[in-house]
Amino acid sequence: MKNKMEINHFSFTYKGAKAPSLNNITLPVQTHKVTSIIGPSGCGKSTLLRSMNRIHDLYPGNTYEGEILLLDKDGNQQNILDIKKENEFIHLRQKVGMVFQKPTPFPMSIFDNIAYGLKLTGLKNKHKLYDYVEKSLRDVALWEEVKNRLYDDARGLSGGQQQRLCIARVIALKPEVILFDEPTSALDPLSTLAIEEMIFELKQNYTITIVTHNMQQASRISDYTAFMYLGDLIEFDHTETIFIRPKEKQTEDYITGKFG
Amino acid sequence: MEKLFKLFAQLSASFVFVILVATVIVLYITAKPAIEEFGAHFIIEPRWGVEVTQNKPTDRTPAGATANSGTTKSAVSDHTSTTDNSTADTNSSDNTIDDSMDTPMDDSMDNEFGSDENIPMDDDTDTGQANLPDTAGKNTKILYGGAIPIIGTLFSTLIAMLFAIPVSMGIAVFLSEIANQHVARPIGVAIELLAAIPSIIYGMWALFYFGPFLASIFGGHSVSLLIAGLVLGIMVIPFMAALSRDAINTTPDVLKESAYAMGATKFEVIKDIIFPYARAGIIGSIIVSLGRAMGETMAVAFVIGGVFKFAHKLTDPTTSIPVVLANNFAESSGISMNALFYLSLILFVVSFITIFSAKYFFLRRH
Ligand SMILES: Nc1ncnc2c1ncn2[C@@H]1O[C@H](COP(=O)(O)OP(=O)(O)OP(=O)(O)O)[C@@H](O)[C@H]1O
Ligand SMILES: [Mg+2]
Repeated sequence: MKNKMEINHFSFTYKGAKAPSLNNITLPVQTHKVTSIIGPSGCGKSTLLRSMNRIHDLYPGNTYEGEILLLDKDGNQQNILDIKKENEFIHLRQKVGMVFQKPTPFPMSIFDNIAYGLKLTGLKNKHKLYDYVEKSLRDVALWEEVKNRLYDDARGLSGGQQQRLCIARVIALKPEVILFDEPTSALDPLSTLAIEEMIFELKQNYTITIVTHNMQQASRISDYTAFMYLGDLIEFDHTETIFIRPKEKQTEDYITGKFG
Repeated sequence: MEKLFKLFAQLSASFVFVILVATVIVLYITAKPAIEEFGAHFIIEPRWGVEVTQNKPTDRTPAGATANSGTTKSAVSDHTSTTDNSTADTNSSDNTIDDSMDTPMDDSMDNEFGSDENIPMDDDTDTGQANLPDTAGKNTKILYGGAIPIIGTLFSTLIAMLFAIPVSMGIAVFLSEIANQHVARPIGVAIELLAAIPSIIYGMWALFYFGPFLASIFGGHSVSLLIAGLVLGIMVIPFMAALSRDAINTTPDVLKESAYAMGATKFEVIKDIIFPYARAGIIGSIIVSLGRAMGETMAVAFVIGGVFKFAHKLTDPTTSIPVVLANNFAESSGISMNALFYLSLILFVVSFITIFSAKYFFLRRH
């Protein structure tokens, strides 16, 4: 089976920055697996993740080279770095969803937060919308908590609930890949656990890439782990290998807490 | 120290309140004779400074006051009153006017901004009245009514808002979301400079260039309700645009990014995310501008015409409350002065109500 995404020799330089933030990264992202990216702060994890749905391109002037391939349903690989037209961007972002570190509920009701992406795709049927909203909320185990207040402003939810809402919002669109950028770093242990369980469930149907600072989290939920340091990809392997018998000294030091 | 600070904060807060209450009280007390004299009818009464014969002689009118106000300043307004039974069709059905019944076909007047020559349309009253004010003494009283300036204020503000809101929103969105830094910076500075221009300069500019220019396009007079409204609009645009831009800029990047990440276009992000998020700030900017437009005197005084007439067309001259106040204060005393205060009290209340209802309707959900 081909990899869902393949990052090949990818380098990235922010606008105005002297040195690249990512150097020659090569990383496969396997279909229906969880790949986690770990590394000390500032090593370029977010930069890499944000390249995978080209959200960087909202801000002009960044430069990059290499290729990032995305496998489509017919088994063709497309280099997403070639995308130029707005509707192709929209298409890409609907296939590669993203959940941010801080919950970002839209200024609208709980229902509308989830229906929003669906409406953007042109879905108008009220009943269908409702069904999708309910299903997505059940998937993130939020339905019971919010079913009586679906039309309240989403910003009235707790932080953990908001984050689950944001995940529900993304999976409602049925993306093929979901990118998580430290999704639990602002949450309490219980919400964290809920979200981890959810990610574990999600990998049946989705390909997941997650950036995390929490080593246990990476070891608990991921199948593959990549360790990055100062813009380089130091090591990539099965999660057990990385955590039990890392090949590189730097990886070992980081995992055992000697630096970072 | 902390106590002192707390005390200071409380003091300043109560200071605001005291000022507010004091203003209302002073306005009310000074307006009281006029309120008692004209009652609520003042609001729908279109005549200003017109002598009318009464069926029953009133005892209340202070004779001296009526006399002098009648002589001096009714010159501005009394003739106009003759033309204004037209009011009846525009706003209410108060046809208590006993003289003149001529129709409102009067676009012919050639008055310039608030001066006193009107074409006397009517035959009997205007000349006679102004010259011999108190011969009729016992049986007449001078009527003051605020309908024309009230309507003028409301409509000029309405025109201003209809013009300013879309333009300002366009500017604000352009500056914060569309233009790149190199363009947005200088334009932003220019807008802040524009906001600092005193209103009288807008008035002069409008009188000499903008008014004639518009008149050459739309026809009509070079001073009119339309021009006043547009000048007001132009005047508040920098404010509204700058404040709205600041409000829009408070939208967190991640929020916009999450919307883009769901496949929203720029337009959809602006419409569905940025505007709702910045709603309170944007409405605040509109309300501030509304208050400014409603009370604006100088810019309007130059271009509205300052005549006591209803504008039947947008291009007709009329007057507004602040303009009436500014034009007439110097020559007023007694009941006419009270009437002016009554008018200012109305302006106060109208602004208050507008602002509060705007807040209530638009910000209720927060
Ligand atoms: N908008 C930007 N412009 C210029 N440089 C940036 C920008 N964002 C990040 N960088 C730089 O790129 C490097 C990688 O940043 P990135 O945000 O990807 O780190 P990270 O691994 O996600 O760190 P953290 O764990 O703290 O989130 C850092 O050195 C950072 O200073
Ligand atoms: Mg990061």
